[in-house]
Amino acid sequence: MERIVKDKEADELLNDLLEIYGYDFTEYSRASIKRRINRLLVLDKFPGFAAFRYKVRSDETYLKRVVEELTVNVTEMFRDPSFYRLLREEILPVLATHPFIRIWHAGVSTGEEVYSMAILLHEANLLHKSLLYGTDINPAVLEKAQKGFFPLAQMKLYSENYILSGGACDFSSYYTARYGQAKINEFLKEKMIFSTHNLVSDRSFNEFQMILCRNVLIYFDKELQDKVFKLFDNSLELFGFLALGLKETMKFSPIAKKFKLLKANDKIWRKIA
Amino acid sequence: MDIKRKLVVIGGSAGSLEVIMHILPSLDAKLNIPVIIVIHRKNAYESLLARLLSSKTSLIVKEAEEKENILPGHIYLAPADYHLLIEKNFTFSLDYSEKINFSRPSIDVTFECAAEAYESNLVCILLSGANADGVEGLKTVKKYNGIAAIQDPTSAEVSFMPQQALQQVPIDHIFKEAEIADFINNL
Repeated sequence: MERIVKDKEADELLNDLLEIYGYDFTEYSRASIKRRINRLLVLDKFPGFAAFRYKVRSDETYLKRVVEELTVNVTEMFRDPSFYRLLREEILPVLATHPFIRIWHAGVSTGEEVYSMAILLHEANLLHKSLLYGTDINPAVLEKAQKGFFPLAQMKLYSENYILSGGACDFSSYYTARYGQAKINEFLKEKMIFSTHNLVSDRSFNEFQMILCRNVLIYFDKELQDKVFKLFDNSLELFGFLALGLKETMKFSPIAKKFKLLKANDKIWRKIA
Repeated sequence: MDIKRKLVVIGGSAGSLEVIMHILPSLDAKLNIPVIIVIHRKNAYESLLARLLSSKTSLIVKEAEEKENILPGHIYLAPADYHLLIEKNFTFSLDYSEKINFSRPSIDVTFECAAEAYESNLVCILLSGANADGVEGLKTVKKYNGIAAIQDPTSAEVSFMPQQALQQVPIDHIFKEAEIADFINNL
């Protein structure tokens, strides 16, 4: 894709978003956010950066699209099946000992991961005593998550992932196919709460036994990552679990000493202090 | 030219792994520039690939990690299923955004970011492959006065990728497989 946006221009746009609308992307990894800005400008066929910036500054209704497209919302059900196998076999039995289970999916996007978790909890007979919080900076993706419709074409992949994660039921029993969409069964939604939450600026809102934040921190610079780790530490009870994406680590964060990595490759930490 | 700020990026798809396996043993053990390799592959081969390539050279071969500094004499592999980006402070970022040219990692993405960070001190080499990922990236490399090179399409196992580059981009070098390591050693 042609590179039109210059560093200085990316800075100007991020500044506008912060000053006019209160969305702070200034601590996002620069190469990635700049690529997203450039991509949106090309997708929406602006003749140049000035016209794009003017639209962002002057048209509040366009902001929704900007936030949706600057953030990455690619996700899938049971992504990284070995991760879900670990949840199933080693984490859920520990969570099961609690009278009540609270789980936070931070950066939940369109919800595929929170529905995957609901299926795991259901199969472990724990869903009835669980609450799943799904938060994201982006209201548009939360609307989709709430609906629980996913493209039918994806279900073959999700079903394969599900089986690899140790799933033994008929995956197709969890949805109804209609008009090219898979509608996830209502009972899986009953324990979900979706809400906007900005990891950059919002505070801790509850205490959880588990927090999942997978493939979100890769978009943040080191300082912002450390801030978010602190937020997670404040939101996690002692002996709670924190799950990150397969290429993310908390090894270099200031709170690393309070956490223990469970398995080298699966990126789940337990809070031990 | 500041030697520490030079960079070589090699991109390839179908038929490129064999070429890379031939390049690595011939690289100078004292190579003083970083080399980044972006190849399309099935996710399952992940850890195997780094080990396989390590066995071919005494240089350090590792998968690129997010926020990691790009160091001379290291060979970095783009992790499967993530785009590999390069920051202007010469560190890596990873990105799990949409596939580009049906590919993640996409060669275009890494070539383009590398061009913006390393400008004229960059060499990008596009090898054998069956799609056109990397061609747009080479255009950006030329825009920043870097060096755009390809494997000779007539000797590539799958000629489409380098052929497309040849048709669309002013290519600086067309290499036979055996010439690539020498060129890198002499940068």
